[in-house]
Amino acid sequence: MFIFRLLLKNAFRHPLRTLLTIVGLVVAVVAFGMLRTIVDAWYAGAEASSSTRLITRSATSLTVPLPLAYAERLRAVDGVDGISWSNWFGGVYVSERNFFPQFAVDPQSYLPLYPEFVVKADDRVAWERDRKGVIVGRKLADKFGWQVGDQIPLRGTIYPGTWSFTLRGIYDGADAGTDTNQMLMHWAYLNETMRARSGRRADQVGVFIVGIRDPNNAALVSQRIDAQFRNSLAETLTETEKAFQLGFVAMSEAILVALQAVSFIVIVIIMAVMANTMTMTARERLAEYATLKALGFPPEFVVRLLFGESLFIALLGGVLGLLLTLPLAALFAGATGTLFPVFRVSGATMGLQLAVALVVGAVAAAWPAWKMSRINIVNGLRHVA
Amino acid sequence: MMAAVPLSYIARNLWVRRVTTGLTAAGMALVVYVFATVLMMTEGIRSTLVATGQADNMIVLRKGAGAEINSGISREQAAIIETLPGIATDPRGRPLVSKEPVVLNNLPKRSSGKPSNVTMRGTSEIGALLRPQVRIVQGRMFRAGSNEVIAGRAVADGFQGVQLGATLRFGGRDWVVVGVFDAARSGFDSEIWADAEQLMQALRRQSWSSVLVRLSDVDAFDAVRDRIDTDPRLTLDAKREVRFYAEQSESLANFIGILGTSLAVVFSIGAVVGATITMFGSVASRIGEIGTLRALGFRRGAVLAAFLGEALLLSLVGGVVGLLAATGMQAVSVSTTNFATFSELAFQFRLTPLIAAQSLLFALGMGFVGGFIPAWRAARLKIVDCLRAA
Repeated sequence: MFIFRLLLKNAFRHPLRTLLTIVGLVVAVVAFGMLRTIVDAWYAGAEASSSTRLITRSATSLTVPLPLAYAERLRAVDGVDGISWSNWFGGVYVSERNFFPQFAVDPQSYLPLYPEFVVKADDRVAWERDRKGVIVGRKLADKFGWQVGDQIPLRGTIYPGTWSFTLRGIYDGADAGTDTNQMLMHWAYLNETMRARSGRRADQVGVFIVGIRDPNNAALVSQRIDAQFRNSLAETLTETEKAFQLGFVAMSEAILVALQAVSFIVIVIIMAVMANTMTMTARERLAEYATLKALGFPPEFVVRLLFGESLFIALLGGVLGLLLTLPLAALFAGATGTLFPVFRVSGATMGLQLAVALVVGAVAAAWPAWKMSRINIVNGLRHVA
Repeated sequence: MMAAVPLSYIARNLWVRRVTTGLTAAGMALVVYVFATVLMMTEGIRSTLVATGQADNMIVLRKGAGAEINSGISREQAAIIETLPGIATDPRGRPLVSKEPVVLNNLPKRSSGKPSNVTMRGTSEIGALLRPQVRIVQGRMFRAGSNEVIAGRAVADGFQGVQLGATLRFGGRDWVVVGVFDAARSGFDSEIWADAEQLMQALRRQSWSSVLVRLSDVDAFDAVRDRIDTDPRLTLDAKREVRFYAEQSESLANFIGILGTSLAVVFSIGAVVGATITMFGSVASRIGEIGTLRALGFRRGAVLAAFLGEALLLSLVGGVVGLLAATGMQAVSVSTTNFATFSELAFQFRLTPLIAAQSLLFALGMGFVGGFIPAWRAARLKIVDCLRAA
């Protein structure tokens, strides 16, 4: 108890310095937490993927379409439970800044494969009946303030022209990890419009979504599918939805690696600041430590004092930073809108934030503690004069 | 005239407290390093894509397509473009027009083994002529009408199975890499080139992705564009090639720029706090000296300047160290997916004098903000109190 009171008194002997150090710690802990959350958000698509879905795309690349006729052959593959398909629409809503994903899908077969998209029965029927209708996720609808019945104009980039869709329903996510930032439209409507304009671009599919019964068979079924179409005009590449999503993440890997590196740099910066604080503190108290030693306290006592003080300040900064991260993350998610479909501070991140604060505290105290435990009593006391 | 505290006194004070100075400067150096690296990255992306375009080239895409992979131009439309006035011709009278299919090919990266999209461009002798920065550095040009391809240097170095002599399998055919080209650090370094007609057949495509045109002179652009805009058969967008590639760099460069600069600013709070603590410590341990200086006749302004100067010198040390570390990044080449084209783009970190100046100013700014309050406090101390404290 006595040592704790001494620690507390010591920690706030220079209130301004301690306050500044805590501010620095809070900034670093918050920055670290936010950076980790941003990196997590990148992986959200892969995290939310289902192990019972495979994605079949052209072996060349995602931008090369597959013929719709493959659907029947895919259905016949052993182990396949359901087939649907989707095309990336790539339309622009008002301006390029409002980016959100739009997929042209076949509602009857698509929604059963995506049970995490929860649509009210009435809305679903209304959407299925209206060929120019769309459904959107809750987050997207909230962002633009769309109501059911609204007209949503999109300027096509891949499918030229201006398209107007009617909002027929809003889907919710079955859990917090579900991407509710998408728009789904009728594939058949898109297909007919393209057929009418130029017959060549009809009956083409971006990717097939393959539902499988048993996740353990994913690799086997994938091989069966790709073997079916080997040496055909359009060879396929089938992978689990997770692998497919991770493929997107890997594309921006350089940026992710940079973000991760930078999240450690901020820790090193604050380590330097905190080590400086503790070095200065120790230097000022040289005489006191010498006195303590002269009174018979062992060197470990001084070490304990310094580590205790450093860890105490670090923990204070860490906890404050942790508490600040949550509201800031909510603000950030609001400000970036639909850029990150899922933006949540994970439990692992919070744990790491505290751990990092403690490591900073421990490292900062190491050098002064080592030095102070070795001071010569006579020299230390002489320092006063 | 006001007597100033000599610079050597300021510098020596930093040296006396080496550990503290070093730790504070190290924190600042890291912030400046992040700041400079981000600026170098955005500059690298911009200059790579700006170098890709030629001033007297014009690129034509389908209206609203924005990127070559989204675009489609029918053979009829391309034929009309070839007949437009204002287009340069070669000595044999052929219009300098290159009709090109572009497709993305998913290839594994050499570093991680993970696949990424590489732009595969169908082109021709004329297409190569329109891009004078491209030279073959290994092997030879592909033969017209064959399944031969040439690979840009960044692709050959960065991806598996694209080196000279390798075979690429796609579109139901085997394509042999017969040459590697260097495109003077432009976007073409990240592409694979094949024969345009062969690529169209392999993909079973009926339309080109883009049409690249050499204008008879740089100023002919407006006239040619107006003709394309007014022709009802051509629902196409014509752009100067330079502008087209500059636009492709925008979203990625802006994204990295905004993200990186906000990070640097947040991090700088930590470094500023460090500088403030150090300077407060410096003031507190020299109260007696301050009193002596004042008693010797140095004014408050001189004391303020001395401590502010110390903070600025401290931050300059950090800034220079950080900048030197960032200089080392110039040797690093990065390759990542450009969102605008959905394909790989290799670029180098580029340090310009402007970036160096900005980084040092940023460091000095941190020093100023961190040092001002302690210096202010030092200047406000009363001589008597100082001397008594000592």
